Amino acid sequence: MKKRIFCTFVASAMIAGMFAGCTGTPSETTAPVAGTDNTTPAVVAGTVTTDGSTSMEKVIGSLGEAFQELNKDVTVTYNPTGSSSGVKAVQEGRCDIGLASRGLKDAETESGLASTTLALDGIAIVVNPQNPVSDLDVETIAKIYTGEITNWKDVGGNDAEIVLIGREAGSGTRDGFESITDTKDSCKYRQELTSTGDVIATVSQNPAAIGYASLSAVKDNIKALTVGGVAPSEETVKDGSYVVQRPFILITKANEKLSDTAQAFFDYITSPEAAQIITAAGVVPVSE
Amino acid sequence: MKKNKQLENIVHGIFLICGLITVGCVLLITIYLVISGIPAILEIGLVPFLFGETWASTAAQPAYGILPFILTSIYGTAGAIVLGVPVGFMTAVYLSKIASAKVKSVMEAAISLLAGIPSVVYGLVGMLVLVPAIRKAFNIPDGASLFAAIIVLAIMILPSIIKVSMTALDAVPKEYEDGSLALGATPIETYFRVSVPAAKSGISAAVVLGVGRAIGEAMAVMMVSGNAPNMPGLFESVRFLTTAVASEMSYSSGLQQQALFSIALVLFLFIMLINATLNFFMKRSKEG
Repeated sequence: MKKRIFCTFVASAMIAGMFAGCTGTPSETTAPVAGTDNTTPAVVAGTVTTDGSTSMEKVIGSLGEAFQELNKDVTVTYNPTGSSSGVKAVQEGRCDIGLASRGLKDAETESGLASTTLALDGIAIVVNPQNPVSDLDVETIAKIYTGEITNWKDVGGNDAEIVLIGREAGSGTRDGFESITDTKDSCKYRQELTSTGDVIATVSQNPAAIGYASLSAVKDNIKALTVGGVAPSEETVKDGSYVVQRPFILITKANEKLSDTAQAFFDYITSPEAAQIITAAGVVPVSE
Repeated sequence: MKKNKQLENIVHGIFLICGLITVGCVLLITIYLVISGIPAILEIGLVPFLFGETWASTAAQPAYGILPFILTSIYGTAGAIVLGVPVGFMTAVYLSKIASAKVKSVMEAAISLLAGIPSVVYGLVGMLVLVPAIRKAFNIPDGASLFAAIIVLAIMILPSIIKVSMTALDAVPKEYEDGSLALGATPIETYFRVSVPAAKSGISAAVVLGVGRAIGEAMAVMMVSGNAPNMPGLFESVRFLTTAVASEMSYSSGLQQQALFSIALVLFLFIMLINATLNFFMKRSKEG
């Protein structure tokens, strides 16, 4: 009896210890390491702050993790605020590296920002394999999603009402699709699903459905349409011939140096080494 | 002897702490929900929030009206009750009064199993089997609808309705039934005229419990209801209160996120109301 009580106490003490371990203070803010040049610092420590596109969460998350794995004293933070907020954050100096899932606008470049393309995100337009339609252009896709075209027979398919499958508000894929097709806030979705997998499962079940999904998620049970005659693949996304794509860019100030830590992170994620991690996150890396 | 008493006190203390953890969690969640749910309601306005018919949280001109969600939750739950209660109630009467011991043990095991199936599995089966079946049966473009959600919910609430009703029916004193039979009533007459009225409060509690389960379900309905924020219609793609929170939470920020907390608060109030009703019936069933 006594022994059991003792065990309880030991166990609770251990649990308490675990919690105490969790509440450690975040590591100190950017502390440049003396005596290292900023190309390949041997040891880096401090914090790298990134801010911007919600679509880049997965890719930046896994890159940050990999970098922290290599450099134990570095903390990479990511603040998912959206592309435009990311741009603003760099302008106002609130973060080291801004993230945007669109190209910089002219006004933004003129305000002294530089962009580096990290990766390209291709979005496949998918239909059921039974659907005879295999090619649409961007304009037609936009017309379908805004409800101007509602029947497959108008685009060369069977006589069936088109069922529009999309993603939930706030999804990076939805944001990307709607900005490329210029259909923001005007899509007449029949279903708003919360994951790429759900979109693919639904499209594979319904012969009249059309949906969009990250290129990396396309499997045999659905058919990816060619857009303007170009089939989506890593190559066509990279050379730009497949148009339903957008860049993931890193934003920095053009005339200001990054801190050593941020520079090391920047160099790492744009290196060929990181390409594999970027691919694993479902987008096409630019560096070779 | 004294030592023993001390030990007793310590153990009592540990039990008390365990109990307080539960109470603390409830209090914490309630306070947190109220605090984080109120600001958005104040900003949007109670009437536009509760009775607004459009939800477009990420549009350029955002609209935060949750009437479609409230009505969908009410209609969906009501539909599940209309379908589920008769089946559940009849099953309970059969199992409690008519079935042989062998049948009873097999069916009870099956019902327990049904109760133990995770809701995501219900959703998956619904998405891959039920939704296409509805599409074909009713010859509509897409089967993901309020109707599909009602069917899934009706099945999900069956176990709780059957089990609670059965407990109530089993507790009816045998003398009541014997008396009725002795007066010349047939067994079926006895069950419906004597046993069921005697177990009335318990059966009402079962229905309320079913309501609670149905209105709080998120995962399964999210996968079969289509999730477009439309005003409810039987074959329309609809969004429930629960799924409204679940589907947008991961990417939300700012007022959108606060509004999601407000939806959660509304849902919480609904559940509290249901719990209060349940307590009322439970108390009466104990007294009666």
